[in-house]
Amino acid sequence: MPSYTFTVNGESVTVDAPADLAMLWVLRDKLGVKGPKYGCGINVCKACTSHLDGEAFNPCVTPVSDCAGREVTTIEGLADGDQLHPVQEAWLDRDVPQCGYCQPGQIMAAVALLKRTSTPTDAEIDAIENVCRCGTYFRIREAIKQAAAAMR
Amino acid sequence: MTYEDESSRPILDRRRFLTVLVAAPVLTVAVRWGLDVAEAETTATPSLPQLPEVYDLGDLYTLATTPTADMLVLEVTDDGRVRLYLPRMEVGQGITTAIAMLVAEEMDIPLSKVEIPLSDARPELIFNQLTGGSTTIRSTYAPVRRAAAGARARLVSAAAVKYHLDADQLTTKDGSVIAPDGTAYSYGSLSAAAADPHLETQVSDTPKSPSEFGLVGTATNRIDARKMVTGQFTYTLDLDVPNAKPTMVRRPPTIQGSPQAIGNEAEVRAMPGVIDIAMVPTGVAVTAETFGQALDAKNALKVTWNPGSIDGLSNDDIKQKLRAAVVPFTVPPLGTLTVDAEFDYACVSHAPLETNSAIADVRADRAEIWSGLKIPIIALQKIALDLGLPQDKVTVHVVQSGGSFGRRLFHDGALEAARISKAMGRPVKLMWSRIDDMRHGRIRGATHHAVRATLGLGQVLSYEHRVASIKTDWRHGFGEIITAMGAEGPGNTGYTQTIFNLTVECPYNFGVVTEVINEPDINMNTAAWRSVYSATTRGAEEAVVDEIAAKLGKDPYQFRMSSLKNDAQRAVLRKVAEEGSWGRTMPAGHAQGIAYHQEYKSKTACLVEMDATDPENPRVYKATIAVDVGLPINPRGIQAQMLGGLTDAISTVLRAGLHIDHGLPLEGSYSQFHYARQKNSPMDVKVFVMPANRDEPGGSGELGVPAAAGAVICAYARATKTKPRSFPINFDVDFEPFPR
Repeated sequence: MPSYTFTVNGESVTVDAPADLAMLWVLRDKLGVKGPKYGCGINVCKACTSHLDGEAFNPCVTPVSDCAGREVTTIEGLADGDQLHPVQEAWLDRDVPQCGYCQPGQIMAAVALLKRTSTPTDAEIDAIENVCRCGTYFRIREAIKQAAAAMR
Repeated sequence: MTYEDESSRPILDRRRFLTVLVAAPVLTVAVRWGLDVAEAETTATPSLPQLPEVYDLGDLYTLATTPTADMLVLEVTDDGRVRLYLPRMEVGQGITTAIAMLVAEEMDIPLSKVEIPLSDARPELIFNQLTGGSTTIRSTYAPVRRAAAGARARLVSAAAVKYHLDADQLTTKDGSVIAPDGTAYSYGSLSAAAADPHLETQVSDTPKSPSEFGLVGTATNRIDARKMVTGQFTYTLDLDVPNAKPTMVRRPPTIQGSPQAIGNEAEVRAMPGVIDIAMVPTGVAVTAETFGQALDAKNALKVTWNPGSIDGLSNDDIKQKLRAAVVPFTVPPLGTLTVDAEFDYACVSHAPLETNSAIADVRADRAEIWSGLKIPIIALQKIALDLGLPQDKVTVHVVQSGGSFGRRLFHDGALEAARISKAMGRPVKLMWSRIDDMRHGRIRGATHHAVRATLGLGQVLSYEHRVASIKTDWRHGFGEIITAMGAEGPGNTGYTQTIFNLTVECPYNFGVVTEVINEPDINMNTAAWRSVYSATTRGAEEAVVDEIAAKLGKDPYQFRMSSLKNDAQRAVLRKVAEEGSWGRTMPAGHAQGIAYHQEYKSKTACLVEMDATDPENPRVYKATIAVDVGLPINPRGIQAQMLGGLTDAISTVLRAGLHIDHGLPLEGSYSQFHYARQKNSPMDVKVFVMPANRDEPGGSGELGVPAAAGAVICAYARATKTKPRSFPINFDVDFEPFPR
């Protein structure tokens, strides 16, 4: 079985895995990194949204072989110790989560958006396709705008 | 919450409960000191008025839980934390936060020191461990406060004894008993003394009256949010149960089919990572080292199948069966005096984001289950029966879950995991694929509605509403409660009519009102879906209200105001009309819609603004909601529920439904079942929680859906100048279905 080395939340890891095994299962089942959630497996619900070299990606459809030598950041790697990322702070302040299952992906999608723009428009927020079955979208929208303001 | 934490919880069966009370090193209380509360007198069977306004399903449930209501377990740890083991299930409603607030309020302790773990299944609670019908706050409001006030009284009494103080001179603040000289004795330091069974309570253990509330009634953030936003929160599939390996099931090509034979077992066993394969009644299970490998292997299986329950049936057939099943009207059509309307609603998936999942570790002489279960006692009993184990050898842990919307009333995932674990002789971690969850999971059954309103002298003289629905499955425990409470004889049909009568109510003065449901025997995997019959029935009714108003030449808001029965109703409707600027001039293709709903002893109104310039792609861009729950515990949690109800309404009215095609839904993921995304939800939402006006809370979890559904339908009708009759309104098969 091939072996792949990459970093997860700043730590270098090496895993033995079939080349086509989706990164979601490498993270969850082999490395015990369980912040990214399964919701569909086909890059539709985006509950697993994480970052690859700083950009949003969906580990449920990304083979482990694509991640070799690269930097993976999951929700667990977003905060700096106890110091939460401003997006996480905004999520808490706006009391966004309900069941919470989609929120790691929502937050990682929002962080990726705010890397591209410091003044996200409603249209740019609308382009985030992550499903929230509890329907917290309005609070997500407000939290993104609040985080953007805090980061400017 | 880790697996180890879970297993270290005290076992709270009835026999040992008293032992725990006597022998515990720290205060662990139930309200009725020393009483064997399980044998408290049962409550007399109520007679049931038919109007939910007077007596509703939540009243019935609260009454059913009365004999065991005070068997809550609350403990004070020696480091001063208070833990109340809640026999309900958190799935995102915010009940643990609201109940933590009640505990903090009564005990004068900071909210951050209160924990609300979910109880394992406790069969001795009988009916008092069910999460549904928006009853949690209603049924626990009084007993939780009694438990907390009782604990506070014991802590105060313990301080009085220990430090030779006059109990009447002691106060409580910030988790301490305060002496007249200002000395603070922390609850943690008093817990052991307070646990002494010989301690006599010297101060009142009566809960505060609402007028004394400080924390309760103020907007409070969720107690579990930090773990969620940092990825630390553990759902069922995140638990580390030793050796429980990833497991998935290959399922039949039609609903309720079953496996006959596996054609290529040896071949699949040789696939990478595969550990075991087992046939169970619902399909063929594969356990592997990773879920990715389990998924590949289950997809590679070649299985022959027995037929399911509705193999030949498709959406059009279902629609015809429902239309044929509608009970006839009693009033004949009277020409221009009659408003007739018929509505069809498609099936809707519950589709919680966390798919059906469970961990099971079944041994020869015992079993342990972890899953998101809203009726865990029934789950435990059914699983024990299926495994052939005594009930006291089965432990069922209730795990907080990623949504439910009614889905987790059923324990089919837990039962399936138990069967697989038994068959394989190893612990398993079962996850349903999204496709299976949508196709073989639970649904809100399709409904047909026939409505006739008869007008005269500028008002409504009679209103008849006939509903036909795919049979809703109540055989998860709620039905048994209804039987036990003497409300109706056993049998699913009886449950249905009773629940319909106890929940669905026309809030308007519409003369003679008759509302009847009939459920033809179409055997699908159904379950109550948030607000059950109300979202469809009342949504359609609100559409008719607009049509009646138009016929009478009246404004939709003014007509509702003049038709509602009392000022409390009108106050809620007026609130949204004023705050949402009802009647303002809208651009072409845009419109407002307004609707009212009451249920669960609560009231709500919703006003939406919609852009339907493109009728196939309408957007609700603004919503104003008012909600009166009588006594709000956590206004912020109530606002969240109303927003969720709004999103459900936007989804199911406009785009989200299931096409049943030859015995199986075509939809298999969120790219096909069009639950709303950010781009479909409003950019401006205001939810007004009306001030307290009663001394007990109504329910709010499901309350938001029906009014919002009505408002969205009415807005679409006004914006497009059409009469929507079939929901979801835009319902093309705009995708390539996954293979069966």
